[in-house]
Amino acid sequence: MAFSQTKDPSGITLVQVEGQLIVGNRQELKELVQSALDRNERRILIDFSRTGYIDSSGLGALVSISKRVRESGGELRLSGLNEDLRSLFELTKLDTLFAIAETPQQALASF
Amino acid sequence: MPSPLRLCVRRSPAPDAGQAATLVTLRLPSDVECIEEAVELVTRHCLAGHRTLKKTRFRLQVVLSEALSNAIVRGNCEERGKWVDVRAELLPDTIRVSVTDEGTGFDPSSVPEPIHPDQLGEANGRGLYLIRKLVDAVQFNERGNSICMILRRP
Repeated sequence: MAFSQTKDPSGITLVQVEGQLIVGNRQELKELVQSALDRNERRILIDFSRTGYIDSSGLGALVSISKRVRESGGELRLSGLNEDLRSLFELTKLDTLFAIAETPQQALASF
Repeated sequence: MPSPLRLCVRRSPAPDAGQAATLVTLRLPSDVECIEEAVELVTRHCLAGHRTLKKTRFRLQVVLSEALSNAIVRGNCEERGKWVDVRAELLPDTIRVSVTDEGTGFDPSSVPEPIHPDQLGEANGRGLYLIRKLVDAVQFNERGNSICMILRRP
């Protein structure tokens, strides 16, 4: 499991979560996004197209990240959730808290 | 690459549940790095020999992962000398999985509902809620350090 970070031509920071976002690696994602905010990157997309599982700690980390991005005057989008992961967001009502797109392309276009 | 962990799964007839049941037990250290492998092991043994819907597998993986995470992080406070025990009774129509830690326990009724508007922005408190939503029944022991999750096979 790992996180990869790239920037699209318009300056949006794209973070891809490969494998799982769980209690063991959630801190790494929070630090990665904080580093982007520290570099004044304000538009951030976290893509889960290659993610098999997000546990409740991972969901909590996304809530914290969302708060930090908002407090920095930035925008956060999520994309690529498979059916199972989408069901976790719906069960916890977090689908109402995040802007979630089907694909990273759609998310990038929505900034 | 061989796993550095030495997790052991034992299969034997469950003495309390009749001939058709199998008992799977697993003991793991209080290390969050063990969760993924433990979930994979227990899920594989729980579902072996049964035609299983993808959703059932996912439900089992989620609730196991959440229960183990709670036991290791909150129950045992990640103290390496403490252990977490998993016990799964496998019946033809039901899976009963217990996860027990060595902590002092907690009062499950004191956990706030994470979908309440006041709680939605909180970073913690969704694990137990997810477990309750994804299994057919949940029981705790009196001390509050052992959760039993019951899933009916579809």
